[in-house]
Amino acid sequence: MAEQIDARGLSCPQPMILVRGALHETSGSEVMVLVDTMTQVHNCSRAAQKLGWQADCQEKGDAYEIKLTKASSSSM
Amino acid sequence: MSKTRSFFATLAGIVVVGVAIGALAATLQKLGNPANMGVCVACFTRDIAGALGMHRAGIVQYLRPEIPAFCLGSFLAALIFREFRPRTGSAPVVRFVLGMFAMIGALVFLGCPWRAILRLAGGDWNAIVGLVGLIVGIAIGVQFLKIGFSLGRSHPSRPVVGLVMPFVMVVLLVLAILYPSFGEEGKSALFRSASGPGAMAASVGVSIAVGLVIGFLAQRTRFCTVGGLRDVILMRDFHLFSGVTAFLITAFVMNLIFRQFNPGFEGQPAAHTNWLLNFGGMMLAGLSFTLAGGCPGRQVFLSGEGDGDAAVFVFGMLTGAAVAHNFLMVATQPTAPYIVVIGLIVVGIIGLLGREKLASVR
Repeated sequence: MAEQIDARGLSCPQPMILVRGALHETSGSEVMVLVDTMTQVHNCSRAAQKLGWQADCQEKGDAYEIKLTKASSSSM
Repeated sequence: MSKTRSFFATLAGIVVVGVAIGALAATLQKLGNPANMGVCVACFTRDIAGALGMHRAGIVQYLRPEIPAFCLGSFLAALIFREFRPRTGSAPVVRFVLGMFAMIGALVFLGCPWRAILRLAGGDWNAIVGLVGLIVGIAIGVQFLKIGFSLGRSHPSRPVVGLVMPFVMVVLLVLAILYPSFGEEGKSALFRSASGPGAMAASVGVSIAVGLVIGFLAQRTRFCTVGGLRDVILMRDFHLFSGVTAFLITAFVMNLIFRQFNPGFEGQPAAHTNWLLNFGGMMLAGLSFTLAGGCPGRQVFLSGEGDGDAAVFVFGMLTGAAVAHNFLMVATQPTAPYIVVIGLIVVGIIGLLGREKLASVR
């Protein structure tokens, strides 16, 4: 199962710090991030893309779920 | 997916908005706003505090329409793009204190990060010292963030939580337009400067229009001066910084065109040359803004999109402005050096006590 990060309700730049930390540490190729504003959707997606991950976002109730996928493993 | 891609979220988007804000700020100066002040969020909040009678510094009392218009422009953008999300609960009282000290620090320097950039764009070299202080303050804030500083999570709340600030801003805007007197002129609110920076203003209509446009654009792009520097220091991310740079360069070019560029240290408008206070004041402001998650403009914009905690921060700034003037903490006034040291200690303690191990990874 993909690693989950709950960054809902956190101020800038904490969601980005959590995402970067998780992407550096994880051995998997998929990380799910939950945020509650579009600001954090953009911030977290940008932070992940800088590290070579792909970001895909879906609205989920009151929140947004960002699926981060390791770019190099996307074809697997 | 489209959620992650919109023009305003792109590099081009943030640069275009930085250009727009720089051009509008310099134009407002041309049209009557105080020199090198344009759209300074701290100065204008301080002027509003004066207009309401929260302080009695006679030269800085004017109910500036730009600040309520910033908030309402952001409110409109958030409504139109379905981003209005009432939320609160992330240590509001701590944010109030951070707002106070951010404002006090900014007023020691005589300007928030927005004005530091506008002062530099106008040739006021004292702003360089202030900006160095700002960067040091932000860098210290980043260290706190790295060791786990957090004010905790906000939670979705009732619509009224998000509507309070836009409502207050509508009231302020109506007052700014009508400018009624509630008693004997000069003795009761609304106050209005007869001279000094508070007496310098573009027309109300232009100020409101510009404020609404900036508020709208800034909400869409998340324009943030402190965030721009913070993200570079924290993760070498230049996205927001690109907008801030565009803001600076455009204001500089517009100042050249309008003949508003006057380089030097001495005799600059609403400025002083005390290096230590310029540095220290902005260091305090930079640290406070970083711990609160964004610059004063960003806090106003957030308060327009439903963030009740940012609204509390803005009320803290308003109160801080009153305290700063009433207790002679502004610029080189006698209490300024002491309050900078006290502020750094208090905000430093907040930074240390705010360490939290977030249960974020599940």
